Amino acid sequence: MTELTRLSAAVLAEKLRAGEVSSVEATQAYLDRIAAVEPAVHAYLHVSAQEALATARDVDERRAAGEELHPLAGVPIAVKDVVVTQGMPSTAGSKILEGWVPPYDATLVERIRAARMPILGKTNMDEFAMGSSTEHSAYGNTHNPWDLDRIPGGSGGGSAAAVAAFAAPLAIGTDTGGSIRQPGAVTGTVGVKPTYGGVSRYGLIALASSLDQAGPVTRTVLDSALLHELIGGHDPRDSTSIPEPLPDVVGAARQGALGDLTGVRVGVVEQLQGEGYQPGVQARFEESLELLKEAGADVVEVSCPHFEYALAAYYLILPAEASSNLAKFDGMRFGLRVEPEEGPVTAERVMAATRGAGFGDEVKRRIILGTYALSAGYYDAYYGSAQKVRTLIQRDFAAAFDQVDVLVSPTAPTTAFKLGEKLDDPLAMYLNDVATIPANLAGVPGISVPNGLSDDGLPVGFQVLAPAKADDRLYRVGAALEAALEARWGGPLLDRAPELG
Amino acid sequence: MTQMVDYADAVRRYDPVLGIEVHVELGTRTKMFCSAEASFGAAPNTQTTPVSLGLPGALPVVNGTAVEYAIRIGLALNCQIAESCRFARKNYFYPDVPKNFQTSQYDEPIAFEGWLDVELEDGTIHRVEIERAHMEEDAGKNTHVGGSTGRIHGAEYSLVDYNRAGIPLVEIVTKPITGVGDRAPEVARAYVQALRDIFRVLDVSEAKMERGNVRADVNVSLRPTPESPLGTRTETKNVNSFRSVERVVRHEISRQAGALDAGEIIVQETRHWHEDTGTTTSGRVKSDAEDYRYFPEPDLVPVEPSREWVEEIRATLPELPQARRRRLQTEWGYADAEMRDVVNAGAIELIEATVAAGSSPAAARKWWMGELARRAKLNDAELADLPITPAQIGELQGLVDSGRINDKIARQVLDGVLAGEGDPEAVVVARGLEIVSDDGPLLAAIDEALAAQPDVVEKVRGGNQGPVGAIIGAVMKATRGQADAKRVRELVLERIGA
Repeated sequence: MTELTRLSAAVLAEKLRAGEVSSVEATQAYLDRIAAVEPAVHAYLHVSAQEALATARDVDERRAAGEELHPLAGVPIAVKDVVVTQGMPSTAGSKILEGWVPPYDATLVERIRAARMPILGKTNMDEFAMGSSTEHSAYGNTHNPWDLDRIPGGSGGGSAAAVAAFAAPLAIGTDTGGSIRQPGAVTGTVGVKPTYGGVSRYGLIALASSLDQAGPVTRTVLDSALLHELIGGHDPRDSTSIPEPLPDVVGAARQGALGDLTGVRVGVVEQLQGEGYQPGVQARFEESLELLKEAGADVVEVSCPHFEYALAAYYLILPAEASSNLAKFDGMRFGLRVEPEEGPVTAERVMAATRGAGFGDEVKRRIILGTYALSAGYYDAYYGSAQKVRTLIQRDFAAAFDQVDVLVSPTAPTTAFKLGEKLDDPLAMYLNDVATIPANLAGVPGISVPNGLSDDGLPVGFQVLAPAKADDRLYRVGAALEAALEARWGGPLLDRAPELG
Repeated sequence: MTQMVDYADAVRRYDPVLGIEVHVELGTRTKMFCSAEASFGAAPNTQTTPVSLGLPGALPVVNGTAVEYAIRIGLALNCQIAESCRFARKNYFYPDVPKNFQTSQYDEPIAFEGWLDVELEDGTIHRVEIERAHMEEDAGKNTHVGGSTGRIHGAEYSLVDYNRAGIPLVEIVTKPITGVGDRAPEVARAYVQALRDIFRVLDVSEAKMERGNVRADVNVSLRPTPESPLGTRTETKNVNSFRSVERVVRHEISRQAGALDAGEIIVQETRHWHEDTGTTTSGRVKSDAEDYRYFPEPDLVPVEPSREWVEEIRATLPELPQARRRRLQTEWGYADAEMRDVVNAGAIELIEATVAAGSSPAAARKWWMGELARRAKLNDAELADLPITPAQIGELQGLVDSGRINDKIARQVLDGVLAGEGDPEAVVVARGLEIVSDDGPLLAAIDEALAAQPDVVEKVRGGNQGPVGAIIGAVMKATRGQADAKRVRELVLERIGA
């Protein structure tokens, strides 16, 4: 592995700007690294080497010509396959979109291209982002770089594994119930779910519209802030996009890295720790709390009594919205089209055959759940009740943020489990997201920062949650914790990951 | 098949109740939720975006102009305008619905609780209560190829044109229309026609029935008496002419009466209208159990029209057709029956423009409802289709008023204008029709006539003015009718010295 791929995006960007390294060199280094580790990790579904190098060459020429460039120009990036990319496959991990090449770019991809960042490729994921292990991908498992027999988290296991394996400096993830933060926790990377509406959803293949958010997957808190700044902000093509400007996340990350949290009130969520949390996870969490206190934060315990219903409400709202969002995959206009083996070829029968063949079991499970939850006569009991719970959870957050500036918890209750271990037990799989789901239901932002290794030698994550539109607080607290931890460890956690390739 | 009951008999024994849902395609430049062009007639599937094709990742954004148009319609129908309302998803699988759900308003329409006074041809006014007017998007257009009927059954394959998918629609739903008895078909027709007129005046749609800009779903049910509970209704879909609306109601009343007489149960179903046979046939059975799994559209934020905006729209609403008719009737001094004839002949605009061109209201009515109506009928044409403009009628009447031509010659001028010989003035000149107003040539003609009829001169001199008409007639003949008969009379009497 060349040293180039171990640099943070911020440092690489600095070297590019200073002319110490070219974008072609950096991009080629990443492509070489991808070639070396992909057989073992399988983080990518599609590698766009030629396009990435073409962008890199273009950036180098422009820089040589003295053109003013975006700070991240020339820094490569990987994009989760749920985000549509013009001219590049976008399958969302599903057979039903195999071979489909979108005719347009997601807004965040437009911004990445406008910043002239070479796109390395598209990353693996659970089909339509339904899962916590990436095992529900129709295109094979992604392996955790820390232990190839283990899951990389999900649904964005590909983005997290690519970044953790130094096969991308930056990646885009999407987080509907924890799909950025939980993979971040189990791969020792940083993942941010911005405030709902903070990053445009235009061009994200929708799972659950009221919960989905795209965000950064990186190796450092500052890198996340830099990427967040690029992709965040208002987009008129997304009605739910926040019109106000994004707070200064990069400034907050830099300030936090100085290590002073004096006066910052940190609330430990009583309901998101203890029972059900692996002892090593709980231990690292408490050690991190001590570091925050040492940095000057006031740490108190707060109660969010309705969080215990979050998982149940989530698994009604998500399938309900998903059942409708996924209706468009019918073989009529794009993607897979399967004709019935016998009998008349009517539209209805083609739709049924296409959906039967194109969707995996977990997708079918959730479509059935959601269809049921929205059915006449059941709507009030299921979808209606879930929306009420959602309101209660939002009130819990509001009350908690009256007392504290940020809330904290372990990101996930356990470290990465073995591939296949929970595949036949959906409920156990769903429990992985118990700590991350409340933020999606309330639309508040969250970050997962790697905060050590559990007793099994696998990484764990520390989650910080902030009020809506106060994403900057995540970066300040996250960067302070990261600085304190790295000072203790003598370097980044990923330095302790096994050598690959 | 059940025996049809004679219409008059049916409405004697049953009380019909109507419910009408009218869809109007709004004339916005772009679609309801994206920037694709919404104009009519482009090559198939050229007016689409990722949004209107329902491509993965695409998101809707509400068209502000469509909201304004919907508010205009709501206000014109005396509705309340919601302070906040949401869109919902109506989920069902069909190839012309790109997302396999229609984005519509469900339990939160933008306008609700209104009414519209509908005037029948004889001047009777019936108030139709409006339940709601809500916004939604149109579906694509299917063409079924290979079958004999153009319907899906028997077709080899179907084509879908998504140009229409996402065109903004407003759907206006009435409350049950009761108490109309045997006039149900007329009320239905007059209601849809009144809506069409309102859409045009509001400038929210071209409102062309033949293009399907305005489509009506007509619900009809029968009950034994007005006191009975509502009967089961049928819904005849996509009726797109005024005449058809009337015929559908009439047919359904006769058909349902026959079924009820035979002890059959009316099934709640959608029905198709067949223009050629004048009958409806059963479509799909529509039970209330049909489950569209409505839920609030999570991709859109609520629409919250500010009260200031609503009042601004209200203040700039154009005069509505009924108010306009009342105002014009007063201004023109027409009797009720006269005005009704004008309205029924579709001549309001023509007369208004003619008056604007300088004609008196009485003369304008005389032309359009008299000579021109006769000629239109002769040619089986609409008044507006005659090759003559209100400005030309105004000019023609001006020539009469100034005495340059008389009424009789005016008809010849009209012939010339209709034959494409140019404006009235030009026709008068070209055909040499101007009244001879110079006394010189008249006196010559008079002297000639007097000389030819000395007996008449004697009689008149003797105090009997009766026969003077014979002299005048001779003069008029000699001048080919171009003399002013009044003046001729004066000159004749003067000459005779009577």
